[in-house]
Amino acid sequence: MIRLTNIHKSYVTGSNSLHVLKGIDLKIEQGEFVSVMGSSGSGKSTLLNILGILDNYDLGDYYLDGTLIRSQSETRSAALRNRYIGFVFQSFNLISFKNALENVALPLYYQQVPRKKRNRIALEYLERMGLKDWAEHMPNELSGGQKQRIAIARAMISKPRVILADEPTGALDTATSYEVMQLIKEINTEGITVILVTHENDIAHMTKRIIRLRDGLIESEVLNGKPPIIN
Amino acid sequence: MFDRDKWQEIFSTIKKNKLRTFLTGFSVAWGIFMLIILLGSGKGLQNGVSKEFDSSATNTIWVWSGQTSLPYKGMKPGRNIQLENKDYDEVKTSVKGIDKSSSRYNIWGNNILSYKKQNGSFNIRNVYPDYADIEKLVIVKGRFINHPDIEHYRKATTISTQVEDALFKGEDPIGKYINVNGVPFKVVGIFTDDDSRDDNMRTIYLPISTAQRVFSGDNRINTIAITVGDASVTESKEIEKEVRTKLATLHKFDPEDPRAIFIWNSLEEFQKFMRLFAGIQSFIWIIGFGTIVAGIVGVSNIMMIVVKDRTKEIGIRKAMGATPFSIVSLILQEAVLITSFAGYIGLVMGVVVLETVGKNIESKFFSQPSVDLQVAVYALVLLVFCGALAGFIPARRAAAIKPIEALRDE
Repeated sequence: MIRLTNIHKSYVTGSNSLHVLKGIDLKIEQGEFVSVMGSSGSGKSTLLNILGILDNYDLGDYYLDGTLIRSQSETRSAALRNRYIGFVFQSFNLISFKNALENVALPLYYQQVPRKKRNRIALEYLERMGLKDWAEHMPNELSGGQKQRIAIARAMISKPRVILADEPTGALDTATSYEVMQLIKEINTEGITVILVTHENDIAHMTKRIIRLRDGLIESEVLNGKPPIIN
Repeated sequence: MFDRDKWQEIFSTIKKNKLRTFLTGFSVAWGIFMLIILLGSGKGLQNGVSKEFDSSATNTIWVWSGQTSLPYKGMKPGRNIQLENKDYDEVKTSVKGIDKSSSRYNIWGNNILSYKKQNGSFNIRNVYPDYADIEKLVIVKGRFINHPDIEHYRKATTISTQVEDALFKGEDPIGKYINVNGVPFKVVGIFTDDDSRDDNMRTIYLPISTAQRVFSGDNRINTIAITVGDASVTESKEIEKEVRTKLATLHKFDPEDPRAIFIWNSLEEFQKFMRLFAGIQSFIWIIGFGTIVAGIVGVSNIMMIVVKDRTKEIGIRKAMGATPFSIVSLILQEAVLITSFAGYIGLVMGVVVLETVGKNIESKFFSQPSVDLQVAVYALVLLVFCGALAGFIPARRAAAIKPIEALRDE
């Protein structure tokens, strides 16, 4: 599903160049549930951005579902993101002036799905998240857990192959975190690849494979006791 | 372009930012409003002056006599020049390009007109039939002085509506005789004059031949008026010069003498005014355009802030698969929508003000302020274009937002 070979990435700020990723080799199969851990500055967010086609890399190859992702046009990147990837963010990143339903339906808008149809689909996803009654609510009327579940519904609606979650539980309390993780687990059992960035050990241990980054390199990979189950 | 979803997107952001949108729209509406008012006023000014000119033919040359101010062929300056019938005849026959012509003999002093027991003091102008065209008199009843009147020294007169009111008190004046300084004249027509200045309306017209004979005018005339048809200003100046030379020969004065005779060429004056108005018109456009540009810069500025405000939202949209084109058109359409809507409001307001307030301002040099539909359409097209221009730079900036940077922006 995902194949990275010798990925390098530097950020240039003024005359300083910060070498963030120093040659990442990684292979993630369809349906895996992976967490990426590491201290801040280890390059985990950068890696996630590259995986999400939100950022470019300097060197190496990145294949997503057999397609080489490199220096394509913005329009093409947008299409690829829309088709392959769902994002879940720490700060939810819901659009504040749109209600829950509209937020969930947004990716379908960019797929030119007619309004009625996409609202119907969005409502189904909200129902799955147990938020059907909250469809008309604005994001500021919802709790953190509800917001994250809406964000997950939004990530799911375009039926992506990969879900990228950047500290999805970072802004939530423990109980809510576990609920959200349960949801993500369920998504994974449907066969969607989930890649999760976290710095919390307990969250990481709910995944099936833990990749630890240190100073831009993969320090260790641990299969979490059990071998990955591929449905 | 007419994608309902996109409009809904736009309306939802506009609804979210009512004040901001209002302020932006206001600057554009104000610009257009001012442009319309300015253009309308310019038009009003032009109409007013044109109307002034309308009351007598705009291609007339008036000639009246003065006193020589230059010595000529041994004669001292200071001679009075008296125009006579033969001057008029000479000018009329020898100068080419004359369309209508008339001489005029005025009877100065108090002229008492009376009919039955009514009487009043009025002006008497003694002219040829062409004079009606030169002064653009409107005959409301009967006729003006005609050629048989002149040839047969008929005692006929055409009176103004004002004279009619003063003397006849509702009686039909046609065919009645009025007393003009003791001499009975038959009323053959009634006129009115657009240029309702008092001395034009407190007037009766008599055949010049009759008047000269009856009021011992001999062969003296005061004024020669000619029209030059559709001659250009240069041609009209040429005719003016010929007239002057002719009269200089007849009366033996220096053709360069500025005070021997006076000539007023209305065509030249008219053209001067028209040029002035063309100048004012373009000046107004420049000011109006400047005002609009200020409004547009305002819109552009606000859209810039909008983009900055919405950086994160745009980042989210991009992560969800929004293409750069969809972002550009989102911002661009919002800008065009605001400018054209606000501009339209300004346009309508401007027209309303012109139609209501402007209609009530009616003075000598200002009348009927209005804007052409064509100008209004130009202004609207200009607006939509400028709106697109205003949105373009911010939209480009929005499209260039990197999703990661936007999403990091907490």
